[in-house]
Amino acid sequence: MTRFEVVKTGANATGGQPATQRNVSHRGGEANPSAKALQDKFSSAIKRVEVIWAETVVYVDPASVHEIIMWLHDDQSQQYDFLSDVTAVEYRDAEVPIEVVWHLRSLPYRRFIRVKAQLPKGSPLEIDSVWDIYKSADWLERECYDMFGIRFRGHPDLRRILMWEQYKEGFPLRKDFPLRGRFSRSEQLRQALAQNPEARYSMEELTIADAFAELPEDMRERLGKGERTGE
Amino acid sequence: MSKRTVEVELSTSGLDAQGRPQRIPLVTNDGGAAIALQPPPGLEPDLEGEHMLINIGPQHPATHGVLRLVLELDGETVVRCIPHIGYLHCGFEKIGEYRQYNQIICWTDREDYLNSIGNNVAFALGAERLFGIEITERCKVLRVIASELSRIMSHLVWLGTFCIDIGAFTPFLWAFQRREEIYRLIEKWVGARLTTSATRVGGMAADIPSGWMDGLRQFIRTFPHTLDEIDRVLTRNAIWVGRTVGLGVMTPEEAINWGLSGPMLRASGVDYDVRKDFPYLDYETYDFEVPVGTNGDVYDRYLVRFEELRQSLRILQQAADRLPDGPVNIDDPRVILPPKSKATSEMESMIHHFKVVMEGPRPPIGESYVAVESPKGEKGYYMVSDGTAKPVRWRIRPPSFVNLAAIPKMVEGHLLSDVIAINASIDIVMGEIDR
Amino acid sequence: MGLSASTEHRTVSYAPESQEGWVTTRLDFLVNWGRANSLWPMPFGTACCAIEFMATAASDFDLARFGMERMSFSPRQADVLICAGRVPFKLAPIIRRIWQQMPQPKWAISMGACASTGGMFDNYAVVQGIDTIIPVDVYVPGCPPRPEGLIYGIRMLQEKVKNERSSDAGIRDEMEPDPSSQLYIPPSVIDELGEPFGNSVNQTRSGL
Repeated sequence: MTRFEVVKTGANATGGQPATQRNVSHRGGEANPSAKALQDKFSSAIKRVEVIWAETVVYVDPASVHEIIMWLHDDQSQQYDFLSDVTAVEYRDAEVPIEVVWHLRSLPYRRFIRVKAQLPKGSPLEIDSVWDIYKSADWLERECYDMFGIRFRGHPDLRRILMWEQYKEGFPLRKDFPLRGRFSRSEQLRQALAQNPEARYSMEELTIADAFAELPEDMRERLGKGERTGE
Repeated sequence: MSKRTVEVELSTSGLDAQGRPQRIPLVTNDGGAAIALQPPPGLEPDLEGEHMLINIGPQHPATHGVLRLVLELDGETVVRCIPHIGYLHCGFEKIGEYRQYNQIICWTDREDYLNSIGNNVAFALGAERLFGIEITERCKVLRVIASELSRIMSHLVWLGTFCIDIGAFTPFLWAFQRREEIYRLIEKWVGARLTTSATRVGGMAADIPSGWMDGLRQFIRTFPHTLDEIDRVLTRNAIWVGRTVGLGVMTPEEAINWGLSGPMLRASGVDYDVRKDFPYLDYETYDFEVPVGTNGDVYDRYLVRFEELRQSLRILQQAADRLPDGPVNIDDPRVILPPKSKATSEMESMIHHFKVVMEGPRPPIGESYVAVESPKGEKGYYMVSDGTAKPVRWRIRPPSFVNLAAIPKMVEGHLLSDVIAINASIDIVMGEIDR
Repeated sequence: MGLSASTEHRTVSYAPESQEGWVTTRLDFLVNWGRANSLWPMPFGTACCAIEFMATAASDFDLARFGMERMSFSPRQADVLICAGRVPFKLAPIIRRIWQQMPQPKWAISMGACASTGGMFDNYAVVQGIDTIIPVDVYVPGCPPRPEGLIYGIRMLQEKVKNERSSDAGIRDEMEPDPSSQLYIPPSVIDELGEPFGNSVNQTRSGL
């Protein structure tokens, strides 16, 4: 069996051993050096840089998200090799755009950066997928799509992950979605029980199992038009 | 003695031209016993290229909850694995938008329920960052004790269920016996066994009762004995080694790219531990090692977690020795309730109590992402505040969700029975994956 | 609430002057004694309660004392469905299917607040009580219940099993849900119980 070389984190970091942050100020702390590098490299695509509670937030142009994250991942002086999280934020104020948030970590430099892209209300909620850079984005982006309805261009398999595919009530984490769902309790139960647990395979699985004929009529029709199944 | 010949249908022999199962003659004597089975020539089943679909779950004892795996098998080898999750999706993040910060702590218990007190600590740390609060020294040490006890509890459940999945029952009983001891300790402290809700923004729900530390020291003293026992039964056991070595290998580069964290990442040889690299609660002042594997297989994950149990005990010992006196909660009337005795006797304190409970503490506008090293990996709470008493967004970064996403890669090419071992080695908890 | 399978009133009358029922009564006693002390559970563990269920099955509390150590993970060999944990809508058809796969006689224990009522998860995703999907015999309250609580619920179920009479014709009837709604409780009752305070998108109702 092959044994791996142990990868040490913080190999390129300066400033000695990290310590617990104390007395963090609300705004105006020291920014992550990567923010400056980003501004130099992509001057117009970087909209603004904020430091909130000692975390650097970089607001970027939605059109160049993929390029920027690719550079952060590949550049030898950045090496953001660990994608912690992909998520989205919708504010209570209906005027404020929806934000897609990437939390990136650089293990060699021990840095943390938050990249944000704003999608204005009214425009289609679409943004580039970073799946080709980080494999961990696969499920995280699917979840973001499931909960907010944000489409990630270039994702290989963008379908619902937590809710079932025939879920009709919408995207639960949007602010116009009521806490208890759009339908009445009995209607929700009726729809949930109407699913056939054995017919719920994805398209790939159905071709293996040869069970396409088992599906409900409307689903077969939609699949015939090229729609992906969920579940 | 008469012979009788009956044609029987064997589905493995394939189909005839009309699509019916082929029949082969079965010759019996008059007592009914078979004396000859004559398969017609050329009926050997042709199984090449025949792939089979197997569904495991959502209700299956080896899926640790309600995970569903659909496996495409070639013979007994897994060609493809398609996981389905969401069977335990309970809308935690949506509920968080309707609750105040102190109320959300009750939900953090139920989300990764093996590590409930550790989640309380993680959430409180995130909320305190958002409020700009510095907690007291005593509270920090108490939270370290809580986190490490919870790590031991979580790893013990993992160990017990992993053993059951592979076929060893006794370590499960040993592990749960010791868990009951931790349960008793935690119950003395916060009053609940599993769903603890132990922290508050700015402190803890309660200080430890008198004499509690003796119980903890007793546990620290006796627990290594159990560990040695389990170690002796498992680590050099031929069956155990045979069923775990070389399975589900992830190289360091793959592990980082797939976003693995915690023991999964460290078993693949990456030395990333949030406690060391992005420390919180003064973890940099504790003396402990981060175990790292070099093969990235199931056996290494077992070794890494097992060593973490011992390292947690070291941290617990140091924390017990250094626990300072002093207040547990900070002195900040914005977030901390007045003492109960005053709240029921003084008007001002009662109004104060009422204001904090009904209106809730309000953080300034901002956002924070605080990650801790949970037993499963990097657990982050991302909170966005718009200045009201309830967060705009409460996001959980679930480590086992991201770890589980790599299972199709890990099980590919392994046998069906190894899928169970690989799945158990991820240490999934569905409450956290589906939220 | 539509929970009874048949409309006849079921009582057991005991008439000491008549000895006709003596044989069946003693047989009932024997059968029920055997049944009550060897209930094979089908643990439908989903969340936190499943951990307390495991603690109950482990050595400190030891379910083997009640003849229940044989966990039947196949519904076809199980007597008691123990639903431990919350049941989201996505899981609803699964638990219904498992219940239908269990052979008669069968019983169900709803363990914990979430399985019994939805508990603290009063939102879009969680079934507000599994008694809307399957018939439940014993509810164990708690979040999660302590092992002692679960054992108390099991003892209650054993009492119920011991008091059954084989002469009771309706006792093994499969309880069928209402054919139009597929529910055990009328939809109007579910709606009324499910949303006593209405439904809202307003997260800061008081403006605080």
